[in-house]
Amino acid sequence: MSDALESGAPSFLDQFPDEAKLVRATLWSAFIALILGGLFGIIQTLHRTDILRVMDSSYYYTVLTAHGVLMVVSFTIFFLVGVFTWAVVRSLDRPLVDIRYSWTWYGLMVVGTLMAVVAVLGGFVDSTEMSADVLFTFYAPLQAHPLFYGGLAIFLIGSWLAGVDWFRAWYAWKREHPDERIPLQTFMALTTMLMWYIASIGIAIAVVVFLLPWSLGLFDEVNALLTRTLFWFWGHPVVYFWLMPAYMLWYTVLPKLAGGRLFSDPLARVVFVLFLLLSTPVGIHHQYVDPGIAEGFKFIAMTNTMFLLLPSLLTAFTVVASMEYGARRRGGTGLFGWLRALPWARPAFTGMALAGLMFAAGGFSGMINAGMNINYLVHNTLWVPGHFHLTVGTAVALTFMAATYWLWPQLTNKPLFSRPIGLLQVVMWFVGMALMSNAMHVSGLFGVPRRTAEPEYQGFDFTPAFGTMNEFDMQIAIGGTLLFISLGLFIGNVVLTSFGTKQSSLGEDLPPALSGPSDSPVVLDNLKLWVGIALVLVVLAYSLPLASIISRGGLFGPGVGTYPMIVDTFSALIESVAHAGITETLAQFEVGVIVQ
Amino acid sequence: MHIHNYEKIWLVLAMLLIVAFISTVAYGATAMGVDMISDDEETINPDALDEDQRFAEPRVEQVGENEYEAYVVALQFAFQPDPIEVPAGSTVTFYVTSRDVIHGFEVVGTNANVMVVPGEVSTFTVEFNEAGEYGVLCNEYCGDGHHVMEGSVVVVPEEEYDGGDQ
Repeated sequence: MSDALESGAPSFLDQFPDEAKLVRATLWSAFIALILGGLFGIIQTLHRTDILRVMDSSYYYTVLTAHGVLMVVSFTIFFLVGVFTWAVVRSLDRPLVDIRYSWTWYGLMVVGTLMAVVAVLGGFVDSTEMSADVLFTFYAPLQAHPLFYGGLAIFLIGSWLAGVDWFRAWYAWKREHPDERIPLQTFMALTTMLMWYIASIGIAIAVVVFLLPWSLGLFDEVNALLTRTLFWFWGHPVVYFWLMPAYMLWYTVLPKLAGGRLFSDPLARVVFVLFLLLSTPVGIHHQYVDPGIAEGFKFIAMTNTMFLLLPSLLTAFTVVASMEYGARRRGGTGLFGWLRALPWARPAFTGMALAGLMFAAGGFSGMINAGMNINYLVHNTLWVPGHFHLTVGTAVALTFMAATYWLWPQLTNKPLFSRPIGLLQVVMWFVGMALMSNAMHVSGLFGVPRRTAEPEYQGFDFTPAFGTMNEFDMQIAIGGTLLFISLGLFIGNVVLTSFGTKQSSLGEDLPPALSGPSDSPVVLDNLKLWVGIALVLVVLAYSLPLASIISRGGLFGPGVGTYPMIVDTFSALIESVAHAGITETLAQFEVGVIVQ
Repeated sequence: MHIHNYEKIWLVLAMLLIVAFISTVAYGATAMGVDMISDDEETINPDALDEDQRFAEPRVEQVGENEYEAYVVALQFAFQPDPIEVPAGSTVTFYVTSRDVIHGFEVVGTNANVMVVPGEVSTFTVEFNEAGEYGVLCNEYCGDGHHVMEGSVVVVPEEEYDGGDQ
C-alpha cells in the first residue's frame, strides 16, 4: 500500500469521476461473469474427470455452454470495454462526449448478457422448454431458444456503440489538437474496434439473418456449413478482440510496472495495424477438416494465419526488451541477472509477466493448430481447449486480473486490500493452468475429445504414449481446483478493497515510450487506409469460399432440419432409435444414466 | 522510423520462421501427398438419405483388388455401420455424412479425423496394413447424448474377411 502513496498524483477517479464510475460498472459486470463462469468451470472439470459428478451427464452441456459464454463473451468483453474506456479517456486526457450515451451501450450489453444467460440456464429447468445447450459455437442445426440469439445480437450492438463512443471522444480531441499524433492507447483501442467491426459482419449475418428468424420459426432450414463458416469469420478474430487489450496493457502498463518505459511506440502501432489487417481473413483455419470447402481456400487461410504470428513475435521482443530496460534502470546487471531486479513482489507485474510467459507456450501450440496437415491429429481433441486456456484463459484472463490490481485503486481511490494475496493468486493461476493445460494437450495427442461429459467409451480405451489416462485426469482436476481457488482469492481481494477507506493521490502516470510517436511514419495513423486494405483482404479470403458454399448448398441449406436443444433425454433417444433402429444405443445410454 | 538493430534481426528471424512453416505445409500437401478434406463431393439431402444409393444402406463395398469404399452415416448418437469391417492390407475410401446435426468422425489415436456436416459428404482415404481394432468417436458436440456416440473400425486378417456385412 505504501508505494501507491508515493506517486502523489490525482487518480483517474479524481480526474474523471463519471468515467471512473462507468469503468467500475463494466469491471463489476466482468467479475460477476468470471465468478459464475469459474463455478461452471470447476463443476465441469470434476465431472469430466470423474472425480465428482453432481448431475446427470446430459446437463454437462448446459454447464459447458454457460462456462464458455460467460468466460469468453461476458467476462472478456465487459472487461475490455472498461479498460478501453479508461485508456481512451486517460490518453486523450478528456472526458467522453456524453456519459448518458456511454451508459446506454453499457445497458445494452447488460440486457443482452442477461437474455443469453437466462436462455442458457433454462437448460437446467426441466419444466421449461427454454434452453440453449448449443455451446459457445452454436453450430446449426442445433437450435437454441430465440432469447439466446436475441441476447447475443443486443450484446454485440452494445459493443459496437462502445466503439463509437471512443471514436467520438477522439474526433472531439482532434478538433482541440489539430496536428498531433493519435495518443498510443487511443490508437490501440481504435484499431481494435475497427478490427471488431469488420469481424462482426460474419456473426451479425449468421445470427440476425439466419439463426434468429430460424429459431422463431420463420423458416425451417439453414445451411449448416454456411452458418458455421460465418461463425468462424468472427470466431477467430474475436480471440484478437480479447487479446489486443491485453497487448495494450503489456505495451503501456507493464513497462511502467517494471520500472522503465515502452521500447518503441512506432512498432507498437505497426503491431496493432497488422492485427487489424490479418485477424479476420484466417477463420477458415478452424475448418481445415470440414467437407465442402476446397483445399485451396484452406491453404490461403493457413498462409494468412502464419503471417499473423508476426505481430505476436514482435510483441514478444518489445515486451521483454521493455522489461529488461526497466530492470537495468532498477540496477539489474548481467546477461540474465537483470531478471532478479524486476519487482516480483508486485502482483500486477508478476501476473502480467507470467501471463506473457504462458502466451509464448500458447503460441507454440497455436502454431501446431495452424499447420494445416498436423491439424488432423489434434482437431477437436482436448489439445484445443488446452491451447486456448493458455491464450484467452491465461494470457488474457491473468493479464486482466493483474491489471485490476493496478487499476482498481485508481478507479476507487482505495488501495488494494492485500498484495501478498494478490501475488499468491497470480502464481496459483499460473501453476493451476500449467498443470491443467499440459494434461489437456497431452490427452489430445492420444485422441481424447473435447466437449464431452464422459470421455469413457464402451468399445475401446485410450492408449497414452506415456503415463495413464487417470494421471492426466488427476492433473486436470488438480489444476482446475487451483484455478478455482485462485479465482476466489481474486474476487475476494477486489471485494475487500471496496470495503476499504478512501485515500487521495493514488494516481499513477504512464511514461512515454523511449522512441516516441514522432519517430513513426504518419501513414500509420491513417485509419481509413488500413480499414480499406483489411476489407480487401477479407474479400479476397472469403468471397470465393462463401460463394461456393452458397452455390453448393443454397442459402438455406440442402434439407438440413431443426434440432432444438431441449434437455429431454428420452425424446432424443426415441428419435435416434426410430431413425437408426439401433437398440445398442439405448442400452449404452441407460448404463450411462444409471451410473449417475 | 528508428528500429533497434536487435529488433531488426528478430524481425528477419520471425519472417524466416513463418516462411519455413508455410513451406513445410506446402511440401506436405504437394510432395508427401497429405490431402486435405476438400469439396470433391456433391451436396446431399440429409432428409433423403434413405433414397440415396450410397447411404440408404451404410456399408463397406469392394471396388477393386484390395480397394474398398465405406459409406458411413453419423446420427444422434451412433455411427452406421458399426463395426466398420475392412480387411488388412486394403485401401479404404470413406464417405461420411450426417443424418441430422454436425458430428465428428475420429479414428482414435490416428489422424483420420474429419467433420461430418449435414448436407455434405466428407471423403478421405486410409490404408489399413495390419489387423486390429480401432475406436471411432464423435468429437463434435451433437446433443445431450454426445458422450455415448462411438463406433469402431475392425481390420480383420485378409483371409477371414467375409465382405464386411454384419
